[in-house]
Amino acid sequence: MTRSGENPRPAAETALVTLSIDGREVTVPEGETILAACTAADVETPTICWAPNLTPVNVCRVCVVELEGSRTLVPACSRPAEAGMQISTDSERVRHSRRMVLEFLGSANDLSQASEIADWSRTYGADPARYEGSADGGGDLPLRPEPERVDEPVRIQDDLYIRAYDRCVLCYKCVEACGDDAQHTFAIAVAGRGFDARIRTEYDAELPDSACVYCGNCVAVCPTGALQFRTEFDLRAVGEWRPDDQAVTRTVCSYCGVGCNLELHVQDERIVKVTSPADHSVTSGHLCIKGRFGWQYVHAPAFEPPTTSVTEH
Amino acid sequence: MADLHFSDAEPTASERRAVLAALSVDEASDGAVVVSHPRVVRAGMQRRKQMRHQLLPALHALQREAGWISPGGLNFVGRTLGVPPAEAYGVATFYEMFRTEAPAHELSVRHVCVDPICALAGAASLAEHLRSQGHAVHEGPCLGQCERAPAVFIQGRREPDRVPADGSGPDSLLVSVTASAPETPSLLRHMIGRDHGHSESMSMEAYRERGGGAALDAALSLGTDEVISQVTAAGLSGRGGAAFPTGIKWRAVADGEGPKHVVANIDESEPGTFKDRLLCELEPLAIIESIAVAGLTVGAEHGWIYIRGEYPLATQRLRYAIAQAHSAGWLGDDAAGSGQPFDIELRRGAGAYICGEETALFNSLEGFRGEPRNKPPFPTTHGLFGRPTVVNNPETLLNVNEILRIGPEAYRSVGTEGSPGTKLFCLSGHVGRPGLYEAPFGITLGELLGLAGGVQGTLAAVLLGGAAGSFVGPDAGELQLSLEDTRAAGTTLGSGPVMVFNDTADMSAVVERLAKFFRDESCGQCVPCRVGTVRQHELVTQIRRTGRSTEPQRELLGDIADAMGDASICGLGHTAASAVLSAMQLGLLGDTAS
Ligand SMILES: Cc1cc2nc3c(=O)[nH]c(=O)nc-3n(C[C@H](O)[C@H](O)[C@H](O)COP(=O)(O)O)c2cc1C
Ligand code: SF4
Ligand code: SF4
Ligand code: SF4
Ligand code: FES
Ligand code: FES
Repeated sequence: MTRSGENPRPAAETALVTLSIDGREVTVPEGETILAACTAADVETPTICWAPNLTPVNVCRVCVVELEGSRTLVPACSRPAEAGMQISTDSERVRHSRRMVLEFLGSANDLSQASEIADWSRTYGADPARYEGSADGGGDLPLRPEPERVDEPVRIQDDLYIRAYDRCVLCYKCVEACGDDAQHTFAIAVAGRGFDARIRTEYDAELPDSACVYCGNCVAVCPTGALQFRTEFDLRAVGEWRPDDQAVTRTVCSYCGVGCNLELHVQDERIVKVTSPADHSVTSGHLCIKGRFGWQYVHAPAFEPPTTSVTEH
Repeated sequence: MADLHFSDAEPTASERRAVLAALSVDEASDGAVVVSHPRVVRAGMQRRKQMRHQLLPALHALQREAGWISPGGLNFVGRTLGVPPAEAYGVATFYEMFRTEAPAHELSVRHVCVDPICALAGAASLAEHLRSQGHAVHEGPCLGQCERAPAVFIQGRREPDRVPADGSGPDSLLVSVTASAPETPSLLRHMIGRDHGHSESMSMEAYRERGGGAALDAALSLGTDEVISQVTAAGLSGRGGAAFPTGIKWRAVADGEGPKHVVANIDESEPGTFKDRLLCELEPLAIIESIAVAGLTVGAEHGWIYIRGEYPLATQRLRYAIAQAHSAGWLGDDAAGSGQPFDIELRRGAGAYICGEETALFNSLEGFRGEPRNKPPFPTTHGLFGRPTVVNNPETLLNVNEILRIGPEAYRSVGTEGSPGTKLFCLSGHVGRPGLYEAPFGITLGELLGLAGGVQGTLAAVLLGGAAGSFVGPDAGELQLSLEDTRAAGTTLGSGPVMVFNDTADMSAVVERLAKFFRDESCGQCVPCRVGTVRQHELVTQIRRTGRSTEPQRELLGDIADAMGDASICGLGHTAASAVLSAMQLGLLGDTAS
């Protein structure tokens, strides 16, 4: 679950604002979001496109709350908290919009590996089956057209990670991680418009031919499994992906002197995934190809990054 | 920013030339590109952004030259402007006018409008006919020529874009209720009855003879505070659809720190709307003057025109007007002798309704995808390039000229207390004389239809406000067309389209097309609108197919509408269900079953 608890501590002189969340007064530093105020008030807020280490894009709208005086609901994740705001997080309107966002996603995407979204969908009673054909067409009437879904083949173009965009909910996190928020490589962007919008390299070029430097930062932030490390993908394919059996060991990356914290996820004595804590002061959760994938030398005699695709930066 | 990575694809020589010409950049003998563009945007941005705002002009040049945005061409543009290829591709794929796959032909493309008014007028058979003649045809949304439906726009391949109806057909009909009385506001006064094919009437000299330039003189002698207080006293509200008070907007920007911008929003893509096109074609110097008035009043240095790509004649005339305004000293380092610098740059859109939304417009103009930004912050503090920005519809701006001409009291002599002044109405569909009508706010719908020669046949419904508006039934003749009365009646004037349908129109087809319009035009950024517009269209299609709606279907439509209205980012999502719901209430979508 995403939480805003990691937000930096306010400096002593930072001004504070007091607002009301579901009738409870909370005080947060000026510049904090409504989401942070909800967290401070112990109110859980669903989020999909928000992450503590990325700039809010406020596109998924699952975090919306009711703000007194506002015609529409407002996104908690990006709207700054202001003194005197009266916020409701559990009104009928809020629950309806959250349910519909989750239902819409469920009706369009394969969410089988998006466990958080599935949890929220249960909480809000989302029923994606409502959009499927037949029954309400009634008796002898023709079936409703099949609801359009995001239909994409799995893209397997290298040994490091796969892209299964039928799971992609277009949260923009990978684009942000690849671009201004971390990697500054800009290998991927949103292309197309409306329901046909997709995450793409230019002209859908294969990853090794694109600007991608295989830092894996996009994979680390993806909330749906649309981007997945090859190790996880292969283990899942044979039914051997067992997160509950994985031990996580913290270490410091030995490739250079920067001092990135690594979390090695180990299953059956093999490293199956490398992450970095989002609140780590050096990495903010982001790594380079060596930290992210260099562990393969532990298991294989020669570690070779996919040199065909790595460009000098 | 790290060095950018490009594929090996190279531009052709002609693609290179086309891009360099469009960017007004030169190529040194060693192949390096030297930027000599006269206007550097000084808004505290990085170099990347300074160059990037030329992305749309560069893509237009590629499309015209090669018929598509080729990988080599895209690489060249990306290198020249410092835009990563994945992002440039993301921008190119956002617009209706750009292709990213090689065309199978060398032809100019005929865009045929298939929105409701043109559909009534036989757009489908026109498209078929053009195809059978060997033309390349692209069927798309409203082209802003609804008064002369069915509409065609030709996107040129190695030739200028053009609209066949321009110059060939009869002039569009203009009617103004207020034009005969000099002490009342009338935007159309000097446009009616002029020979518009005659280029001399477009000269600065002729414009001055008609009283042009007076607004600029008045604005300079009155000064910022007095101009804004007159605009406020006149009760002017925005004519682009949202009806926001113009005085408040201008005050906020006038109080902001420079550099600042003024943007004329001429994206005009609301189905049923064509007024801005006619204003720009018929009195382009008045548009330029009004932008200068806005800029000098709020202390902006940069003026921009963002005009939809399907308006070649209006674009050409505005460009000519900008050149004349330069010669006359209205624009430049000492604009109109004000001591302030002010200049105007024109940008063409490329086919995307959403780019009329003000913050999407900013992103588009800056060379990013035309995705709306979350508000707040508002454009008055964080607008174009993050700077304080006035964005107005051209009809709004021309009203300021009128306020300065006759003063706020005379301005308020027409219209209602809550909606002073006149409104331009775009009449199309089954009326005797489709065209552009100027009438005081508060005129009844029946009177307006009467002015336009009455309804042809038996009235079935009127769509007010375009796709983002709502239907009213045949009994709405007494409805007063003011902001407050339409709001009270649960409908809207929007930007002024009035689309009339008689009982021969297949209304369920009209509604299905409107639902399709939103599905096609959603930018796709936020979930409620991206998926909601698709589900809405699927349901409407189903209801139409069966000829009746069931209770679960109506409930689902209502649920979708509530979520889009409440949780979407921008006005497109907020209004995407309103026409469908009103059609349902009026029984235009067939019977209701339980
Ligand atoms: C989807 C959408 C499309 C819009 N298109 C236009 C347009 O084409 N022209 C326009 O002036 N305003 C358009 N608007 C309204 C603008 O966002 C903005 O309110 C307007 O340009 C402000 O000018 P005004 O105050 O003079 O009306 C659109 C809004 C939305 C939500
Ligand atoms: S692996 Fe790194 S460089 Fe490659 S697409 Fe993902 S974030 Fe961008
Ligand atoms: S691939 Fe993953 S991170 Fe990227 S937009 Fe889709 S769901 Fe979000
Ligand atoms: S409401 Fe629709 S058009 Fe507006 S930002 Fe969301 S997806 Fe884009
Ligand atoms: S989490 Fe707030 S909009 Fe996605
Ligand atoms: S031009 Fe066809 S509906 Fe407007």
